[in-house]
Amino acid sequence: MVSSSIREVTILPGRSRSGEPERFEAITIRPGDTISIVGPTGSGKSALINDIEVFARGDTATGRTVLVNGAYPPEEFVRDPAHKPVALITQNTRCLADLEVAEFLSMHVRSRRIADDRIVDRTIALANEFTGEPILPDARMTALSGGQTRSLLVADAVMIAAAPIILLDEVENAGIFKERVIEVLRDAGKAVVFVTHDPLVSLLSARRIVMRDGAVERVIEPGNREDEALREALRLDGILHGMREEIRAGNLITESIGV
Amino acid sequence: MRLVIVAGPPSAGKTAVVRQTIRSLQDRHRIAYLKIDVVRAFEDEELAAEFGIPARSICSGDLCPDHAGVMVMRDAIAWAEEESADLLLVESAGLCLRCSPYTTQGLGVVVLSAVSGTNTPLKMAPMLALADIAVVTRIDLVSQAEKEVFREQIREVNPDLDIVETNAVQGTGMRYLLRAIEDYPPITDPEAITLRGVPPLGVCTVCIGKTEIGWQHHFGVVRRMEGADYLFRGD
Repeated sequence: MVSSSIREVTILPGRSRSGEPERFEAITIRPGDTISIVGPTGSGKSALINDIEVFARGDTATGRTVLVNGAYPPEEFVRDPAHKPVALITQNTRCLADLEVAEFLSMHVRSRRIADDRIVDRTIALANEFTGEPILPDARMTALSGGQTRSLLVADAVMIAAAPIILLDEVENAGIFKERVIEVLRDAGKAVVFVTHDPLVSLLSARRIVMRDGAVERVIEPGNREDEALREALRLDGILHGMREEIRAGNLITESIGV
Repeated sequence: MRLVIVAGPPSAGKTAVVRQTIRSLQDRHRIAYLKIDVVRAFEDEELAAEFGIPARSICSGDLCPDHAGVMVMRDAIAWAEEESADLLLVESAGLCLRCSPYTTQGLGVVVLSAVSGTNTPLKMAPMLALADIAVVTRIDLVSQAEKEVFREQIREVNPDLDIVETNAVQGTGMRYLLRAIEDYPPITDPEAITLRGVPPLGVCTVCIGKTEIGWQHHFGVVRRMEGADYLFRGD
């Protein structure tokens, strides 16, 4: 089984923190899916993506099981990061190596034995679609901002790691173009799961998993019922984006930004 | 009784790995724990209080802690057997990247932190070379690229080493370490246990507190600077 042959990932229920069985039958994730996991702090959002990341077999604190194409995945899926079909990027994920951006990406390309000498440039170009602060190939990894780092790691997961499932844990705080990230990941046929407190990210996702007390409380598929809320969230996001740019540029905002 | 020796550099997460192991296995096994340290150790009291298991520590003082570990290992096995333990976990002081305290008849676990830099596996080659399983901690903090490179560096030192990646706070990936511990054969003859390799345990006069410089003031394992590639290597 190679990671490109993943048709679906299935989450089977476990237990809440108080030991109650979860009330869903199965949650299935397919290529191109966008899912957000929402709920109060401590409700079990990160534990859920953690279960996906390690392909739980009833052996994590939640008791959930995660299957690939309906069966337990082979061990190297779980154990070898180069074969793992899941890339997890958290707020804490960072690059420790004090290398230039192009060197850092080349190091990853070499370890994957990818023979494509344009891939580093294309990865940087993709990362630059996610952030307003341009990333240069000769910038040092340790000097990148949070938003630049997250953008680069997402682009790396798409282009070099080529993971079919991408888990993003509260990355919205890092200042990346969420809408563009979702669009690119969907177009590339990636399944993307967000742990999020951000209304726009939640509304942009096709499905919403609501967590409470360590358990999945329900799964919402809003269809087009939230279209108006989404339009409003996009407008507000546009206004805030406009204001941010003005403030960054050192300007005084004396008129309506109005989008 | 099974023996597990956990070693690795300071702050790599050895005790966190031990804690997760005890938490997961305490229902099925009676576990005893020995911490070897240099000046002070607190882990034995913490783990005894948390899990109610027999736990002890030994501080090596001026002696190399891994040398101390070798000296007391036979006593430790006898103590754990008196406590009717069926699993003895020994945690090293983690002082020296060159140390390799692993023995025969025991599972050798090396703990490395993923945030310690991609060249770390190469710097602690002897420890990796003689271990059975490497536990890479804090895996959630590093980028995918560095995870993969870190793994390759470990493989470069020891292609046969079983590698477990974990974030020991949540215990992800620990299932493979637990399986390795439970699958490892128990001690058959404590008298026949030996170190797997020769660690740099030469106890010299500097090790035991003489501070004068120059080989003229010392005895024991003494080498001149001329002609020595390493100051001392086991024969």
